[in-house]
Amino acid sequence: MTDSITHGTLFMPPKQPDPTIVEFDVRTDEMLVNMGPQHPSTHGVLRLVLRTDGEIISEVTPHLGYLHRCAEKIGENVTPIQFIPYTDRMDYLAGMNMNLGYSLAVEKLAGLKIPEKAQIIRVLIAEMNRIASHLVGMGAYGLDLGSFSPFLYAFREREHILDLFEDVCGARLTYSYLTIGGAHDDLPPGWTARCKKFLDYFKPRIPEYHALMTNNHIFVKRTANIGVLSKERALSYGCTGPVLRASLNRTQGDPDWDLRKTEPYSGYEQYTFDVPIPPFEQAPADAVIGDCWHRFYVRMLEVVQSIRIAEQAIAKYEALQAEEERVKAELAPEIAANPKGEAAARLAELMRTKYSHRVEPPRTLPAGECYVETECPRGQMGFHVVGRPSKEAVPLRVRARSSCFCNLSVTNELCRGCLVADIPAIVGSIDIVMGEIDR
Amino acid sequence: MTAAEIITLLELQFGAAIIGKKTDALDPFVIVEPAKLVEVCTFLRDDPRLKFEILNDVSGVDYLEPDPKKAPKAGFEPHIEVVYHLSSFSFPGRRFTVKVVLPRWKDDKPGELPEVPTLCGVWATADWQEREVYDLVGVRFVDHPNLVRILLNDDWVGHPLRKDYEFPLEYHGIRCR
Repeated sequence: MTDSITHGTLFMPPKQPDPTIVEFDVRTDEMLVNMGPQHPSTHGVLRLVLRTDGEIISEVTPHLGYLHRCAEKIGENVTPIQFIPYTDRMDYLAGMNMNLGYSLAVEKLAGLKIPEKAQIIRVLIAEMNRIASHLVGMGAYGLDLGSFSPFLYAFREREHILDLFEDVCGARLTYSYLTIGGAHDDLPPGWTARCKKFLDYFKPRIPEYHALMTNNHIFVKRTANIGVLSKERALSYGCTGPVLRASLNRTQGDPDWDLRKTEPYSGYEQYTFDVPIPPFEQAPADAVIGDCWHRFYVRMLEVVQSIRIAEQAIAKYEALQAEEERVKAELAPEIAANPKGEAAARLAELMRTKYSHRVEPPRTLPAGECYVETECPRGQMGFHVVGRPSKEAVPLRVRARSSCFCNLSVTNELCRGCLVADIPAIVGSIDIVMGEIDR
Repeated sequence: MTAAEIITLLELQFGAAIIGKKTDALDPFVIVEPAKLVEVCTFLRDDPRLKFEILNDVSGVDYLEPDPKKAPKAGFEPHIEVVYHLSSFSFPGRRFTVKVVLPRWKDDKPGELPEVPTLCGVWATADWQEREVYDLVGVRFVDHPNLVRILLNDDWVGHPLRKDYEFPLEYHGIRCR
């Protein structure tokens, strides 16, 4: 047995010379290659036109719009509540987060205060959807790189989350559950216990994913030091979410760039969680900050943080539920004695500000405009809602700022000079959903 | 630094180029003269007191009430606004809004798109965002390196987010309604 083969580690051949150098030696004519729109690794209907010289890419031109469904035009013709189902169909892998973003924008414009219980439900549901969305992101990324099994594992776990969502609202993909004024319904009895059971089942699975992908030698070879995005370019291109976070560096004093930390909404300031920002101890030697491996790994770490938030939210929800029952039991004799007295009024007030899952939104929108961004799984999703000065129910303009749209615009810069085989690795690491880009 | 202080700073720096402002709105904003837009935005990005490194969103709003009966009560004169939403990376949580007010048609000739200078040189994301505004709202961004439609097809006629847009009856032989 030779020295290079040791027990338990995989033997790898000595390092090959950089293939790009060989390619530059045999330079030929430029060629235009069409990739998509139905290419399986483009995450929907995205068409890329590649200008290549042999294997080297000199330019990538994304062509969008195959999934354009006029969402913004529809938003100008329907009331905010009617528009909620259309937001589901933007980022269809994280429908709950889209509902939440639009609801927050309309609530800010209307000046609506949301009860505490509704806020807890929103945080819990949004984090569960973030886990589901990142699972798809992880599984589909495995597919992009030619490994099929992570996809099956990811969908096995996601199935449980979809079951939980089905119990909550009846839908498995387009939920319309979080709506203007709170959540459409309260959580069904026993739901939090089932959710906790799922989280306990899910937590030990995470090391499996790391064994399957993160530390997998082939995976590291395909992703480390590929598609490196600098922080300055990421900011200039408006990249957000995991794409931006993977390019930050904590040792250079970059902040915890996460809207849930910097501009907390829905009571996120009451939850303890960390924002994963490189450098990571577990990073392989080849990986550099801002490459595909880091973008993937940030998502994996965010799943762990989402579990933490979800567990805290469950504890809060159960505590609030117990408090509600106690208060109702305390006030019950008084209310029974005098149904229109002070105790009944106090309970009604408490229900409105605290124990209710939804408050009735106003019928019309005030004049003025507002822009609200939320931290969605794929980045910062923004909604710009303009109310009519004549105070009608239908807004004058609804603009959806898509996080994937900005993240995708950086592909040309990332892919220039790389090999054709790296394109799926780079585009997959951005984790795009075409429904959100084309709207 | 509050929004009012940012507006004061901009007024000191640019004077007459700041045409309008609103400090008590939900998102306080300034209205900038189109000719000075690039200068103001470069200042907003580079000044060490401001540091708006991120252009979050470019959004075009068509203020028009197409129904002549409702028009007197609409509460606005017909015009187009291009709204730029900025945020700062160096000062997390700081946001600001810059607006440009344009006529619906350049020189009031229907079909001639109103013009704004492009911000591609200030933020790279402006490239695609401005293409989308051009595509859907119909605003010409002067000096844009590649001002072509992005979501709709290149041969599409009209700009759908204009309030007086008429949906085509057919497109390449496909019935549309």
